[in-house]
Amino acid sequence: MSGLRGAAAIIGVGQAGLGEMPGHSALDILGLSVSAALEDAGLTLADVDGLFTASSFHSMPSVSVAEYLGIAPRFSDGSMIGGSSFVAHLQLATMALMTGQCEVALICYGSNQRSAGGKLVSMTEPQPYERPYGLRYPIDAYALVAARHMHEYGTTRDDLAEIAVAARKWAQLNPEAWKRDPLSREDVLSARMISDPLSVLDCCLVTDGGGAVIMVRADRALDFPQKPAFFLGGATALSHRSIAQMADMTTTAAVQSGKAAYAMAGMTPQDVDVLALYDAFTINTLLFLEDLGFCPKGEGGRFVQGGGIAPGGRLAVNTNGGGLSCVHPGMYGIFLIIEAVRQLRGSCGARQIEGADVALVHGNGGAFSTQVTALLGSEATL
Amino acid sequence: MTSEAPDLRGPDQIFRAALDEGRVLLQRDPVSGTLFFFPRATIPGRGIGTPDWVEVSGSGIVYSTTVSRRRPEQGGNRNIAIIELIEGPRLMSQVTGIDPEEVKIGMPVHARLEHSEDGPVLRFAPAEGAA
Repeated sequence: MSGLRGAAAIIGVGQAGLGEMPGHSALDILGLSVSAALEDAGLTLADVDGLFTASSFHSMPSVSVAEYLGIAPRFSDGSMIGGSSFVAHLQLATMALMTGQCEVALICYGSNQRSAGGKLVSMTEPQPYERPYGLRYPIDAYALVAARHMHEYGTTRDDLAEIAVAARKWAQLNPEAWKRDPLSREDVLSARMISDPLSVLDCCLVTDGGGAVIMVRADRALDFPQKPAFFLGGATALSHRSIAQMADMTTTAAVQSGKAAYAMAGMTPQDVDVLALYDAFTINTLLFLEDLGFCPKGEGGRFVQGGGIAPGGRLAVNTNGGGLSCVHPGMYGIFLIIEAVRQLRGSCGARQIEGADVALVHGNGGAFSTQVTALLGSEATL
Repeated sequence: MTSEAPDLRGPDQIFRAALDEGRVLLQRDPVSGTLFFFPRATIPGRGIGTPDWVEVSGSGIVYSTTVSRRRPEQGGNRNIAIIELIEGPRLMSQVTGIDPEEVKIGMPVHARLEHSEDGPVLRFAPAEGAA
């Protein structure tokens, strides 16, 4: 037993600038999301003494964020492992809280990616053995994985389209989602191809947005206005920096991060009520369903067919609409956590999964490079 | 009495100098015999010891492939491929000489060295006799 299970809980979440927030910097949007989370938790900024953040805009993210917010945290971490960083921060914050390094931990992110020009801010330096070939990062790397999965397991573009459609159907139940207009498999299949086999509708959105999460030790978790979401287990796995170094191009290190997170939580996939999987591309959702034990390797396509992960399907996946249809401001990990917490609180309205007690949050960074799994639970799971 | 001057070049320099001569050198863990790419000063997963250099055949198969689609003014569509060398390691490259759409997983390919302003570049072409 690691001692981390149930040691801390999320007692505040906030979002800002979802979709588009012109005229605001990345830090402005981050700051507004922190305000929302503080209000949600019934805390003030003066209570925050632990800071966890990551950024592709700032080379010293925790320093820039502390300055902007006007805080001098006792403990801080700015580890950058891509979009999964914030899910990794859940475990780091839990460790810092339980060892007395801080009393109130703030995990936060903000981005003005859309308003700043709609371009992906490159969060990667060119890799020396990729550069001569003009790899368009990251989508070409994800396309190479999708192509290999199709080759080995007979996965089809229609399977991937099913994932995009499921995400959109969830987004239609979420008033905060950016893309809510109807989407059919035919729309996805006939969309402009970007990197075969991925079309523009297999790709995440490019939006603005910020999110913040506040954690305290479990012994204080019931002293706040909102139902706490307890940290039950978490793990980070690193596998490669450049896609050519991925040991098995159809299996991600989510196998390792998932196994370790389930072990810490004392749980199995059967215990999970709702999933938040980092869907930068449709192929992500499919691989993570396999690698986290929700279906056998190679069966992801069949698993999602027939609305398998859409509202009313066999498994509730990405109920906010995901990076594909809700929000994706460069890095999406913080929003996975926020949606999981809201499901555990029972505050998701039309998209609420009744009686959700266990949420699995899975973050991805780089080109399937970093995999971070966390399990969160209601008080009933302690 | 003569003594051979020590090779002070870094691993990337050795790799590129060989490419310039038309040879593909990979490194090998002298203990396990495992070949690896990309070039580095230490042995991955081992940390101590010095890798050997081994000349490889340049033959491989396409392990995965994509058509990275670009507008003509951006250079047009290009192939990006992961090549698995017959000696084992995989690397990123491009299969050239055929349409990007025609590059298929499993296709036998052979190294083709090309020269750019930044030095030699390792690309691949469909192997002789392969359809």
